[in-house]
Order: sequence, then C-alpha cells, then structure tokens
Amino acid sequence: MNDIVGETGPRTLDRANQRDSATTSHADLRASISPRGPLQKRTPTPIWHRIAEKMIAATSVAAVLAIALIFVFIGREALPLLWDHLGMNLRDMIFPRQWTGYDSAVYIWQPVGTPEKFNAMPLFIGSLKVTLLTMVWSIPIAIGAATFVSQYAAKRVRDIVKPAIEMLAGIPSVVLGFFALMVLATWLQDTFGFAYRLNAIVSAIALSLTVIPIIFTITEDALHAVPKSMREASLALGARHWQTTLYVVLPAALPGIAAAVILGFGRAIGETMVVLMASGNAAIMEPLNPATSVRTVTATIAAELGEVAQGDTHWRVLFMLGVVLFLITFVLNRLGARVITRLHKKLTAS
Amino acid sequence: MLSSRLNVRLLPSVFALFTMACSGGHRNDQAPAPSASGESPSAPAAPSRMLTLKDSDTMVILAQRFAEAYMRTHPGTTIQVSGGGSGVGIAALLNGTTDIANSSRPMKDEEKARLRETRHQEVAETRVALDALAVYVHSANPVQQLTLEQLSQIYTGRVSNWRDVGGPDMPIVLYSRENNSGTYAFFKEHVLRTADFAANAQTLPGTAAVINAVSRDRGGIGYGGIAYGEGIRHVKLAGADGQAIEPSLENATSGRYPLSRFLLMYTAGNPSALAADFLRWVGGVDAQRLVEVVGYYPLPGVLPPSAGTTPTPPPAVAPSAAPAAPAAPPQ
Repeated sequence: MNDIVGETGPRTLDRANQRDSATTSHADLRASISPRGPLQKRTPTPIWHRIAEKMIAATSVAAVLAIALIFVFIGREALPLLWDHLGMNLRDMIFPRQWTGYDSAVYIWQPVGTPEKFNAMPLFIGSLKVTLLTMVWSIPIAIGAATFVSQYAAKRVRDIVKPAIEMLAGIPSVVLGFFALMVLATWLQDTFGFAYRLNAIVSAIALSLTVIPIIFTITEDALHAVPKSMREASLALGARHWQTTLYVVLPAALPGIAAAVILGFGRAIGETMVVLMASGNAAIMEPLNPATSVRTVTATIAAELGEVAQGDTHWRVLFMLGVVLFLITFVLNRLGARVITRLHKKLTAS
Repeated sequence: MLSSRLNVRLLPSVFALFTMACSGGHRNDQAPAPSASGESPSAPAAPSRMLTLKDSDTMVILAQRFAEAYMRTHPGTTIQVSGGGSGVGIAALLNGTTDIANSSRPMKDEEKARLRETRHQEVAETRVALDALAVYVHSANPVQQLTLEQLSQIYTGRVSNWRDVGGPDMPIVLYSRENNSGTYAFFKEHVLRTADFAANAQTLPGTAAVINAVSRDRGGIGYGGIAYGEGIRHVKLAGADGQAIEPSLENATSGRYPLSRFLLMYTAGNPSALAADFLRWVGGVDAQRLVEVVGYYPLPGVLPPSAGTTPTPPPAVAPSAAPAAPAAPPQ
C-alpha cells in the first residue's frame, strides 16, 4: 500500500514532467486548449515532497518494525520453555496424561496447584469451537445482507441498512459481552433449556455481532466493485435477476468475499472480552457439544497473565499460548492471501 | 481490564468538586487534593508521601475506603489502590511495583523465597480484617447445609446432582473464580484439600460475577467473600464435627465456621515511614470501624464489644455489576 503511495505516484509524476519537457512547444499549445494545468509547468519536485515521501516510508517501516518487535518480545518470553522445561513436560501441553487422583488420562488445564497442569488442548478446542460456531451463522447472514444491500435494495434502504450494520462494528466488545452475559444468556437458557447458562453458543452469538459487520462491509464493497457491464451483459442474455446475482456477480466477487471471511475469522479467534465474559471459561474437552461452557486461549491469557510472577512456568506457558495463537492467525492470513490471489487469477484469466 | 483500576488519588478532588458545587465553593478544606501539592502546611508533597496498594479483588473496596479515610486525616498523602486479584498484588510486590500488597490468602513459602532470592527482602504480614468465605446457592434451592466433604465432592465433580446432597433432582452447575484470586486459592486449599477443581467449573472474574451467575441459575453453586453476599442464600457449612454453622461474626472469630480467613497486607523489606504508619492506622479503631461498614468482620479485640457484635449489612454491591469491574467504586 505504502509502496504505491510513496513511490509509484511521484515516479509517474516525474515521468510526466520529463515527457512534458521533451515536448515543450506542443505543451504550450495544448495548454491553451485543455486545462491540464499543474503537470505542464516544469517545476522541480519541491524539497518537502521528498521529506514527506521519506516520512511516509518511515511510518510503513515503523509498522513492520513494531510487528517484528512484538514477535521478538513474545518469542523471548515463550521460547525458553522449549529448552528449559522449568519442571514441566512439554508433552503434557498437548497429550493427555493420567495424573495422580484421576481415573484416566485427561486433558486438563489447572495452572494453580501441585503439580501444575498445563494442557492447552481444551483451550484451543474452545477457541476453535467458539470461532467456528460464530462463522457458521455469521458468514451466511453477512453475505446475504451484503448481497441484498448491493444487488436488491433501493438506494433509500441501502442508505439506512449499510451504516446501521457498520455501526455494529463500533460497539465496544465489552458492551456486547455484558449484553450477552446479562440478557442473551438468560433468554437463551429459558428458551432452549441449556444446562450451562454461559456457553459457547451465547458467546458465539455475541461474537457474531462483531464479525458480521466486518464480513458485511468487505463483501459489500467487493460486490459493488463488480463491473456493471458484467451484470448488464448477463441480464441482456436473458438471465433473471437472481441468476445474474448467483452465477455472475457473486462468483466475480469471490476473492473479496474470501478476504472478508478470513478477516472475520481472525477477528473472532482473537476476540477476548466477549468470550471472557460470556463463555463461562470452563476448560472442557468437548469439541462437539456447542452448549457447554468453553475457555478460549485469549480469555485464558487475559485472565491469568496479570497474576503470574515474571519468568514463572505459568508465565512462559501463557506466552507460548500467545505464540501459537499468533502463528495460527499468521498462517491463516497467508493461506487466505494465497487463496485470494489464486481465485483472482482464475477469475480474471478465464 | 481485570484490574478494575480505581484511582483513589482522584477521589478527593472529585469530592472537592462535589462539595464546592453543593456549598457554593466555600469549603474544600476537608478534601485536600494531594495532587495540588504544597497546600498542606504539615506535609510537603514528596515522593515518600505516595503509597501504592495492589489488591485482592475481595479487598478492593475495603482498601479504597481505607485510602480515602487515611488521606482525609493525613493531608498531603496519596494512596493509589488497584485491584486484580491477590496474585496480582503479590506478583507486584515480587516485581517491586507496589508498596503494599493486599491479599486474601497467606503468601506462599515459595513466593517468600523468591522475594528473598531476587530482592533480598523479607515480607511482613499485617492482619487487616476477618472474612468468612460463604457458599451461595440460588434462593429457590432448598438445600440448607452442606458438609465440607460434600462441598469438596461437588467441586471436584464427583457429585453432580443436587439429589445426592439432599436437594431436588437437578444438575449442579459449578461457579468458581479465576485462578488468580485469593478466594480460589483459599477454597482450593481448605475445601478441596489441593485437589483440582472439576474441569466443568466455570470460572468468573469476580465475586460479584459469581453471585450474579448463581442468582440466575437454579442449579448454581458459588463461593466468595461474605461482604458481597447480598441477594443470595448462604449455605450453612459443617466441618469435621458435623455441626452446620452459619457464616457470622461470632462463628468466624471463634473459628467454629470452617471457612474463615484473615485479610492481609504485605510489605517487603523495611516499609517506608508512610507505609508503616498506614499499617498501624489500619489496625486501629477508625479503620476497623470501616471494616465493619464495608461488611467484613473487624479484627478481634480492637473495637469495644458492643459495637462489634452486629456488623452492618454489606454495602450494596449490585449483583448486576459487570464481572470485569467486580468492585465498582462506591458512590
């Protein structure tokens, strides 16, 4: 992004200047005909343009540097766990173990006590469970809404619906969490009779309120960007409105929609406050039952990091969870980017 | 986020504004704003007049009241209180970022050892108040009493239906605290005898959140400080002798109630003059009256017996308080 702003723009400007200087006589003539003002004048690039360019470049470098430094910081706290085990067995973070006092091998997260039990599987299962549940209803709702707004809605309706959905993104997640905790959870329990008042479904519904606006906005933009000529060609060939939407517009916007879904997923898996408040935070290993309480990785880090002494095993394990979460979102983003470029190539080439 | 930060330093200024607004700006002498230094003749505003308290969630309201009262009677001092769980306070003491750590559990030996190792300091413990840990159930739950053994079985997951402890046929929903809370550690040590909590125990970030959850869940059971216990029915607890005891002042001070504990303040090394004076003040009559007001039990033997027998009802900590801010500043 910054490359384009910082370099390509001014360079084309330079080129325009050069061309103009080569054809001065014509330029004077053209200037009188067409109002192409500033580019015609052979002013040298002012010094502050260069300074501004450098500063813009510096900000982009700073952003990259910040990410790198964060990664270095987190890694420095977490990685010693790999060679200095601090009295714990790394296998126990992933595989079940039969601890004394238990009847069978269990996945268990009990970081306080002797011995401390740091099995991270329930946490990752919890995070994935909530995130997938969220996506299950966020994707259809958001894409459906975006399709309606961009393809069917009258302009007056769109002017109301679009900002309203986008405003959802502006609600602080702590407010959503509070709403889910106080209102939604009770209502859902009364309606469906869940054994756990706070469970994955409650937090997934609250989470979807943060995810839907993201998917909606990007999808809507993608649909909007589909060239009008494609729609018109389809309609001219006799396709109905819904056929045009389903077989022409939506496929053409697929890369954008994929990007929307990936960003939504990243938001959902990284969200902390809603799940901390509304999921009950019990580290249970039940991947298939959506009506049980869950404890996510993010909520665990948020709830526990304040307590531990620096350099403690628990401290390092929490940072390790952060590293793994970071890697998951990083890999997902990279994969997503590749899917998008591939889709894009396929769609534009054929 | 969790450390519901209450900047007590600001409170006097807020009071000052309030009194000024009410009385037309004539009086703000009873609320000297320490941030505007130099106005108090007796105590110059120096760094040594500044005290930080990191907190147990259970104690955050109490500590805040202490700070307000102490600052009112000792002009020129500034006391900052922040919450977040006993572990937070102790961790801050270990890291050297607080003067006093409030804790609702005694410091572990390994924590003391770490302080000795890293900073070559010994800790000093001061008892602040007496608290009884209450066990709550939904007010419609007919179960009146539990033995510690039953409670342990419930929280380790070996008993999962109220039928097995004399209640209706209804699954038990466990509510517990985050593992950075002193209440959690106390419960784990004294009820579970260091066994693990059942995995399906839901952990909530504050006693108010636990109460809120139990009040909305017919099968729910939770535990927490008695000061927060408004709106929820307490269960009588039976210790080894099998007698069901209600959480109350006499039972807590006499030690008959099985789950009572002292609320503590810790300092590391030689406390500053201010910290020492503050801790002395905390053990005095004024502070112990505040203990009563907040809803804990005063230390035995400080207050005259007539005043100590009936603790005033706990302050209205609305069960609706967000769990993220378990201790809303009392208004």
